[in-house]
Amino acid sequence: MQEILQYFFSGITAGAVYAVIALGFTLLFNATGLINFAQGEFVMIGALMLITLWKVLALPLIAAFALSVGLVAVIGILMERMAMRTVRKPHPIVMVIITIGISIFLRGVGMLSWGKDAHSVDPFTQHAPLEVYGATLLPQSLWILGIVLLIVAGLQFFFKKTLAGKAMEACAISKKAAWLLGIPSEKMVLAAFAMSAAMGGVAGVLIAPVTMSSYDMGTMLGLKGFCAAMLGGLGSVLGAVIGGLLLGVIEAFGVGLVASGLKDVLAFLILIFILCVRPSGLLGAKTIQRF
Amino acid sequence: MLRLRNVKCFYGRIQAISGVSLSVRQGEIIALIGANGAGKSTLLQTISGLLSTWEGEIEFGKSSLAGLKPPEIVQRGISLVPEGRMLFPPMSVLDNLKLGAYLRYRGRERNQVEKDLEEIQDLFPVLRERSRQAAGTLSGGEQQMLAMGRALMARPKLLLLDEPSMGLAPFMVQLIVETLQKLKESGMTLLLVEQNARAALQIADRGYVLENGRIVLDGPAQELLADEEVKRAYLGKDYREFTDGRM
Repeated sequence: MQEILQYFFSGITAGAVYAVIALGFTLLFNATGLINFAQGEFVMIGALMLITLWKVLALPLIAAFALSVGLVAVIGILMERMAMRTVRKPHPIVMVIITIGISIFLRGVGMLSWGKDAHSVDPFTQHAPLEVYGATLLPQSLWILGIVLLIVAGLQFFFKKTLAGKAMEACAISKKAAWLLGIPSEKMVLAAFAMSAAMGGVAGVLIAPVTMSSYDMGTMLGLKGFCAAMLGGLGSVLGAVIGGLLLGVIEAFGVGLVASGLKDVLAFLILIFILCVRPSGLLGAKTIQRF
Repeated sequence: MLRLRNVKCFYGRIQAISGVSLSVRQGEIIALIGANGAGKSTLLQTISGLLSTWEGEIEFGKSSLAGLKPPEIVQRGISLVPEGRMLFPPMSVLDNLKLGAYLRYRGRERNQVEKDLEEIQDLFPVLRERSRQAAGTLSGGEQQMLAMGRALMARPKLLLLDEPSMGLAPFMVQLIVETLQKLKESGMTLLLVEQNARAALQIADRGYVLENGRIVLDGPAQELLADEEVKRAYLGKDYREFTDGRM
């Protein structure tokens, strides 16, 4: 019983991070129909930036957090302006290949800036772990879950209550119709890139204290996030969160109850299974309400 | 108010409009009629900025519309009610209307926009009844009203309408026509593209007949309604005269 609870705790912690990465995929997909395979690299830069700013430069945590996420958002904006918007014939497959190219580029930049070694950093706060029915719950897990909750609430507010959020959704539904009403669709796409990159940055900041961070961590995390987004149903905020948590928990139980080598295998088995059986994800396309 | 001089439009290498000149004066309803593929919609898309590959002159007020994108053209006071309505089906009727005033919300005209929202819902009472419903669940006629209301939320000086009667039941067409007349009385200027030539010419002040990307006929709407050529080609009135004595 105690073990099961322990697996569950570590599962939802990892799952919450997958959920944030999946949100990054979902936000961009909704606004542009693109899958950005550089999403994982945003996570890597977010994590390594936090380590540099907080541990090495000793900035206050909040400032380091905000700066790391802001920097990743700026990289997302630069990516849209320099690599995506300049494409003359934006065929989807061309755009996807460009994102893969950018991910390789960013990994190179990461390696040159932070070296090939893995880095680590302390948890956000130094509380003693909580004991829950004999299982330990790390304070960092609570931080992660709390911040994910805030993000989801914030996104819901943005898309349901603000004009900018509705305008972004309108662009996603029909770029042409939104354009005709005077909504500047280019700015909306740019904002979507920035928000989606910022999600990657947040995921990186959250995960830095619970794992070793290095320049090549992004690929696997990006694919996990993609898998979570597909699992929940690409294009739905709620789906991304459910998909992420579910993937994290499944992984944790697979590792704990079967074999530790199964960790990454499970994610991709799920991905293949979903693609074959139910490509629209758990919250199938018909029941999904975008945003 | 709006003046086109020798406008030519291209889709790639294909020329869809070859040298159209027309003018719209303040407070007029202008009908643009013609068969499928004559280039009516192309012309509206060009004016509203959706199609950027054109030559010639388009002047609105005193300034040229060359090189402007749709949002800038909306800002200057031209709104298009597009063919097929192009609503945002999963969003509520109210949200659709509000997005129509996007630029005005940005321009800090919030109070005025709220007032207009009420006015539009007075003009189309059905939109008030269904304001919380998703736009996609409305009937065809209601959707057309929503599309018109949404375009009016931008407070245009000139409203372009692309086939507002398409696929609607006759009484709905009548309702739309009456609304257009109301708009004219309130001082709106309208450029109307229609295949339903009779309905269009009955409310229009003047009309242009477009054929294969050229204007082949223009004049006061009453004259066009009476014109034998227009009758034969677009009103289908004298069907019996063609068949009489041959059957």
